[in-house]
Amino acid sequence: MKVKLFSYNQLDTFVHRLSGVTKLICFLLLTSAVMFTYDLRVIVCVFLFSLVMVKVAQISLKQVKPMLIYVSIFLLLNFILTFIFAPGHGPELYGSRHELFSFFGNYIVTKEQLLYQFTKIMKYLSAIPLGFIFFLTTNPSEFASSLNNIKVPYKACTSLSLTLRYFPDIQKDFNDVSFAQQARGLDNSEKAPMKDRIINTTKIIIPLIFSTLDRVELITNAMDLRGYAKKPKRTWYSFRALNKEDYLSIAVSAVIFAISLFMRFVVVKSMYYNPFI
Amino acid sequence: MKKSLFSTKTIVATSLGAALFLVLFMFVKIPSPVPETNIQIAYGISAFFGALFGPICGGLIAFVGHALNDLVAYGSAWWSWIIASGVAGIFAGFAYFKLDLEKGQKPGASFFVWNLVGHAVAWLLVAPVLDIVMYGEPVNLVFVQGVTAFLINGITAAIVGGILAVAYASTRTTKGSLDKE
Repeated sequence: MKVKLFSYNQLDTFVHRLSGVTKLICFLLLTSAVMFTYDLRVIVCVFLFSLVMVKVAQISLKQVKPMLIYVSIFLLLNFILTFIFAPGHGPELYGSRHELFSFFGNYIVTKEQLLYQFTKIMKYLSAIPLGFIFFLTTNPSEFASSLNNIKVPYKACTSLSLTLRYFPDIQKDFNDVSFAQQARGLDNSEKAPMKDRIINTTKIIIPLIFSTLDRVELITNAMDLRGYAKKPKRTWYSFRALNKEDYLSIAVSAVIFAISLFMRFVVVKSMYYNPFI
Repeated sequence: MKKSLFSTKTIVATSLGAALFLVLFMFVKIPSPVPETNIQIAYGISAFFGALFGPICGGLIAFVGHALNDLVAYGSAWWSWIIASGVAGIFAGFAYFKLDLEKGQKPGASFFVWNLVGHAVAWLLVAPVLDIVMYGEPVNLVFVQGVTAFLINGITAAIVGGILAVAYASTRTTKGSLDKE
């Protein structure tokens, strides 16, 4: 199984040209805009906006298909579980009740419940394209340097770029150890009972931990020998200053976030927008 | 001598630990008897690294690892559970102050207690409360999920983390292990 983390492909689109930190700020602003509201109108607007941005960034369906499948399963399950556990949660939140029909006696379907569950699904759906844009168009090294540019301590930035840099290596180590253990006859596939799987997996992890700790030692020595963390500041190879496009994108996202808050606290005066009263 | 919480080694260990956490979180999912709930071996990693390098390391490993996993697997992040993961990692890391794995000391009761306390706080308090505040999830659903997550993750973290810590400690030379003949 191959997953490409931050599989950054170099394209010359508006989104790719933005600095990594701009994309992070926009991502956080826009996801917060949908996170703190249950107003379907705001959420649909953000959803459409993020779809447009996906188009601009030229992200193809092929790149994101496996994730979309995971997400749909998760959302479907959440939809069913919410209804089973709390069929009356919607009317409670919205403070009104319009019954549609009932089945199995106790389960009464209300308009509010359907609206609540639909809004919830839209909330998650609208955040997904934003996530795609962020991690499919961001260059990890540039991201680390631009984070440092907005005064994030550089130790945190190096740490993050090290994580992204070493993820594929550790993934390879993991596969190697796993195959070696399987060749020795340790079964960690679905066929083995749960208890055996846990024990056998732990046996994969022990060599993996030791190889990782060796690697930690090696990298630490290399960094210390090159005088890492001796000075309060450092420069970056992939540094690029923020430009007009960056400020414009942040401004647009901030306006959307402000509108969402305005709708919640001034227009609707509640987290839940109820069109039925 | 205790190492500083911000040495180069801790930074590198945090980064690689997070990468390791991420690999295990993504590829090692053992289905538990409870439907649609996986046993996440990865929490053993944050418990072990926390005990070896301190609470900041443990917390960041779980937080960053979980956040990146969500971003890659789902394209968006479920922040309430990510924060809860981080909290569990921080608590697991408190074992660091009592336990000296580097010198070959085997993990004792405090290691298991901190892990269980951490996961209790994370899944019974932080995750459900944030779910309700941030996402407006129904109360009884989040608490049922929380209890399941606590039992599964807490026990996994304590057992897997414990096994790793014992394995690591037994490779270290203990103080005064050499006898004059």
